Amino acid sequence: MNARTLAPALSLALGLAGAAHAQGFADMGADAEGFAMPERGTEIAFPRDHGAHPEYRIEWWYLTANLEDADGTEYGIQWTLFRAANEPGEAEGWASPQVWIGHAGLTTPDNHHAAERMARGGIGQAGVTAAPFAAWIDDWHMTSAAPDDADALDALELAANAADFGFTLSVEADGPLVFHGDEGYSVKSDSGVASYYYSQPHYRAEGVLRLPEGDVAVEGSAWLDREWSSQPLEGAQSGWDWFSLHLGDGVRLMAAQVREGPETDFVAGTWIEDGAATPLDRDDLSLAPLETAQVAGRDVPVRWRIELPARGVDITTEPVNPDSWMDLFIPYWEGPIRVSGSHSGRGFMELTGYE
Amino acid sequence: MRRVALGALLSHWKRRPVQLAMLVLGLSLATALWSGVQAINAEARAAYAEAAATLGQDRLARLVPADAAHVDEADFVALRRAGWLVAPVLEGRMRLGGERVTVMGVDPLTAPPQEGLAALDEDDGLAGFTAPPGRGLAAPETAAELADAPLPVEPARGIAPGIVIVDIGIAQRLLDAPGRLSYLQLHPDQPPDRPALSTIAPQLEERPHDDAGELARLTDSFHLNLTAFGFLSFAVGLFIVHSAVGLAFEQRRPVFRTLRALGLPASSLMALLVAELAALALIAGALGVALGYLVAAVLMPGVAATLGGLYGAEIPGSVALRPQWWLSGLAIALAGTLVAAARDLWRTARLPVLAAARPRAWALISERALAAQLGAAAVLALVAVALAQIGGGLVGGFTMLAALLLSAALALPVILYAVLRGAQALARGPVAQWFWADTRQQLPGLSLALMALLLALAANIGVGTMVSSFRLTFTGWLDQRLAAELYVTARSDAEAEAIRDWLAPRADAILPIWYVEGDLAGRPGRVYSVADHATYRDHWPLIDAGARPWERVAAGEGVLVNEQLARAEGLWAGDGTLDLPGGPELPVVGVYSDYGNPQPQVMLGLDAFTRHYPDAPQRQHGVRAPPEAVHDLAAELRAEFDLPDANVTDQAEAKRFSLQIFERTFTVTRALNVLTLGVAGVALLASLVTLSGMRLAQLAPVWAMGLGRARLARLELWRALALAGFTALAALPVGLLLAWVLLAVINVEAFGWRLPLHVFPADWARLGAVALVTGALAAALPALRLARIAPAQLVKVFAHER
Amino acid sequence: MLLEIDGVEKSFGTGDGVLPVLRGVSLGLEAGRSLALTGESGSGKSTLLHLAAGLDQPDSGAIRVQGADIAGLGDAARAALRRDTIGLVFQQFNLIPSLDVGANLAFQARMAGRHDPARIADLAARLGLSDFLRRYPEQLSGGQQQRVAIGRTLAARPALVLADEPTGNLDEATGDAVLDLMLALVAQQGAGLLLVTHSPRLAARCDAQAHLRAGRVA
Repeated sequence: MNARTLAPALSLALGLAGAAHAQGFADMGADAEGFAMPERGTEIAFPRDHGAHPEYRIEWWYLTANLEDADGTEYGIQWTLFRAANEPGEAEGWASPQVWIGHAGLTTPDNHHAAERMARGGIGQAGVTAAPFAAWIDDWHMTSAAPDDADALDALELAANAADFGFTLSVEADGPLVFHGDEGYSVKSDSGVASYYYSQPHYRAEGVLRLPEGDVAVEGSAWLDREWSSQPLEGAQSGWDWFSLHLGDGVRLMAAQVREGPETDFVAGTWIEDGAATPLDRDDLSLAPLETAQVAGRDVPVRWRIELPARGVDITTEPVNPDSWMDLFIPYWEGPIRVSGSHSGRGFMELTGYE
Repeated sequence: MRRVALGALLSHWKRRPVQLAMLVLGLSLATALWSGVQAINAEARAAYAEAAATLGQDRLARLVPADAAHVDEADFVALRRAGWLVAPVLEGRMRLGGERVTVMGVDPLTAPPQEGLAALDEDDGLAGFTAPPGRGLAAPETAAELADAPLPVEPARGIAPGIVIVDIGIAQRLLDAPGRLSYLQLHPDQPPDRPALSTIAPQLEERPHDDAGELARLTDSFHLNLTAFGFLSFAVGLFIVHSAVGLAFEQRRPVFRTLRALGLPASSLMALLVAELAALALIAGALGVALGYLVAAVLMPGVAATLGGLYGAEIPGSVALRPQWWLSGLAIALAGTLVAAARDLWRTARLPVLAAARPRAWALISERALAAQLGAAAVLALVAVALAQIGGGLVGGFTMLAALLLSAALALPVILYAVLRGAQALARGPVAQWFWADTRQQLPGLSLALMALLLALAANIGVGTMVSSFRLTFTGWLDQRLAAELYVTARSDAEAEAIRDWLAPRADAILPIWYVEGDLAGRPGRVYSVADHATYRDHWPLIDAGARPWERVAAGEGVLVNEQLARAEGLWAGDGTLDLPGGPELPVVGVYSDYGNPQPQVMLGLDAFTRHYPDAPQRQHGVRAPPEAVHDLAAELRAEFDLPDANVTDQAEAKRFSLQIFERTFTVTRALNVLTLGVAGVALLASLVTLSGMRLAQLAPVWAMGLGRARLARLELWRALALAGFTALAALPVGLLLAWVLLAVINVEAFGWRLPLHVFPADWARLGAVALVTGALAAALPALRLARIAPAQLVKVFAHER
Repeated sequence: MLLEIDGVEKSFGTGDGVLPVLRGVSLGLEAGRSLALTGESGSGKSTLLHLAAGLDQPDSGAIRVQGADIAGLGDAARAALRRDTIGLVFQQFNLIPSLDVGANLAFQARMAGRHDPARIADLAARLGLSDFLRRYPEQLSGGQQQRVAIGRTLAARPALVLADEPTGNLDEATGDAVLDLMLALVAQQGAGLLLVTHSPRLAARCDAQAHLRAGRVA
């Protein structure tokens, strides 16, 4: 649909709160009536928590992959399923308060493709089941390919299909799930707004991209984020900058900041080494834009400096394609990046809330 | 130089304001009727386009059930899961807050982009729309009528009147159609490599997008009808323009010569005359368009009611000023003027400078010219007969009408000439002989106006006969068909069942009138249930039937089809079988007339109906009861079930409603007829006024020989009456032929039913009187002028004898 | 030479064959002079006048106005000639019935682009029309109408005035008065006048006379 109908739900899901949506967003931040709230100390259990949590307002299954073809050309893909609830809980048929939104992106050094699907809950057009694990909307899907004795997310098959592009991808993990914050309880603001957040950052990936020029076989690495919450951002927060980085030697870094104002950005991150996760905060980690580019008529910071002195990290990120603009119902920047400096590697960057 | 010459040309009008007024009046009236009709058509078409665009139906293909009444919701999900970008729609008519509307359920998340849903662009727009009781979106005028609806209905742009858009889930609830959809819309951009439709949902088929839209096609005949009459009026108006322009050229012929002699090149003269005509056309055209707007504004509510009643088309009762309509009105005025003046312009272009510079007297009628005209009329009559043989749809029918009318118009002067010559031969006394001879001499000058009068009178007789025949047939048919004393509509199947139980001991019989909508021979139509009851056997008029039709229908061995379907598909009793939507193929055992309904319809025995369509709503019933008990029964029924008044209708009310729709259907046609007659009257007036100025030379000698002015004036009046009377007599057979074409050809093509022709001599007498009054009124002014003319004016004729 | 007619022949087709009207006519007219053309009905005088005015074309021979042959000119050029150089006075007056006398008087001068209100007023006064300027032609007597026609012609200051029986519709006294006025005015303007008349009495008042008989100058 072309309407801004979903603005509140989506802006919540994407962490956007631009001027146009500030009011609706602020309302939600202030009041989460009826929805369950994340609580510190809650154990995340599987396979149950791979599935949907309809009692929470928003949730996502978010996979990004850095890929390369035989010639060494770099690609990035994104496969995401968002869930947003108008009311907590589930109901039969069209009366379901759940709304599902799928986003797919495919970045090449020269082009960026994006597509979107929407569906109502309750009728089977979209949904997530925990066991066997499957997430789908229309013909897009992310389905477990893991053996019965392994975690369902250890191996996944994904597909997305749009008029001008598509892809199929198989991913296989060579490391464990990683829990952010306090065992998966991830704080998003100084006042304590939080979500449940875990990731599988250890995927090797291979697949086929359908591009206008033809099919391309690719392989590389991938990262899955799982997060659900009812109140992820504070009213004054205007958006976020998020990085998932593969730094080599099995080291991964999640770094994010939620923008509140020049002085008060909320910073969080996770250092992942040998499967062990260490939470980071603004005392450890700093993120600073180095250069902005004109993207879709806005100034978007596309080059960044990320410092983590305690680990000897001082790196610069560079986009594979500065025009990785997801020109969807709620637009944002999401695409593959290269890392140089104290460490080199690759990763993904998401920039939201740039008006 | 040109300005000076133009001044000289235009000064003519200043000296002859009546002539100018006639020209402007004729052209304005012609343009007014034409553009009024166009405005109505444009308005209605815009409404259809809007209705079609409400859900993108104007550009999107659909998936529809191949032979079922509805699409299963599971098919929608299966198609989406297979990569097909489709959007569900559920449509149905229902009463919402006392108003009958079309409820259209959509899924805003998968629906293609559309203006109508823009109102959801608000915070919380989606939640309020989808969560019960939901929220409706409708055109502002519709929303205003739905204040009492069980859900809030908000005004929105881009939605046709009479449609309420709600969430698909809400629509399923309102229409009591859980899990059902009417059709799926196909997005224009589909991903490649989707599995074939036959592997996902073989029970669906793709229907390409509909260019015209269902309503536009259904109502085509109605609009063609209006257009034809608009054109007739325009043609009649052009007669006036032609005679006024012709006169102005005639009278200015000496001036043209003088101007040429004084050094104005012929090309400049032509350019000036064309410019003059164009200016007049634009002025009169603008007046006409303004007048046409008034005509349209007056007629529009009737048209809206007609289209609503007949086709369920919701169009606004008001007229918007559309620029293309303004421009086309001016263009037709311009084109019409040039056509009407073509002959005179041509003659002027070839005007020899040296020929005698005097106005040409009205040419004496030449019998050779008359014979040629008669020949042309005969050819046209043959064309009409040939068209009647060939057939060829609505356009063919109207072409035939045009040929017929033109033929009659061409033949008229010949007939009048013969009649007048006969009268002259029979006349006794010099004055009577002079009267007829002089009348005959004026024929060439008056024949155009008389032709216009003939056309207008014939159209009046024809349309009047058609409407009256139709009314007679229709009321008789209604009396038979509306046999049940009471008609009850429940709000749900459960309520219907309760009503049936309640009525069982109180009524003589309860006749279910249930139906499903579906495809009948490729067109959307309805299948009705019919109970096995004497009511039908005794009262329903069958226009074609095999053996024991009612018994066979009751046994489920056959169906009855309505006349429209029978005619369109050639399905008569014993002639063939009909595929029922989602049901069996059954032989046709009878055909019933079904006036006032443009769609195909089938009657199926009740048992067979419930067997094949178990999901059909079972809410409408006819109730047989003793007539004296009906009033109380209706009141009790309303009280017992708290039914709205509109849900319990007695027979009289149903008849009144049906007749009301019928009357509205022809209001516009009749109004146009009256206006056309008025225009013809003006044409006659214009011609007589014109002639009276030129006739002094003919009258002066008679006056000099002792016929008084008053007597001359009376004779002028009689002359007009005689001509109008003869024309009216000539119009009678033409009008009856016209009526026959309308009833037997046009109606069958336009509506699908044929009607018997009834004659109404009283109407003819009235119309004859109207014709005489028209003639008398038209002649009154010139006659009055003649009666009061100064004798010196007549003497001058001799003094100026040239 | 203002007007030179040289060996002009003209025939008309009729139902009974070709009827020769002019069989080689030659004439000349100097500026400031007047020439009367007389002859019986059908002798070809009006035809000759029409040819001189460029209203029609000769079959052969030359017609020179101010030295230029007009025989070969197109319709537009002949219209321009009539507008600028020639003034026509008709037996039927040919006033524009829908214009008043004042407008009729000024008409041709305006067409020729030589409109001079003072001159019109002067002419109107000399023609005795000053009191009738607001009237319409049909409200005037024949003599008055012809005076308007003469005024209309002279107001445009033509070099050559062609008059076709200008007094034919007037009684003798009125006709004489009108002709006197016309001769005086033409002489005053230094224009040439070709007067077609069947009356020897009127012809005698011109500087020269030519008599047509059977299509030739007798």
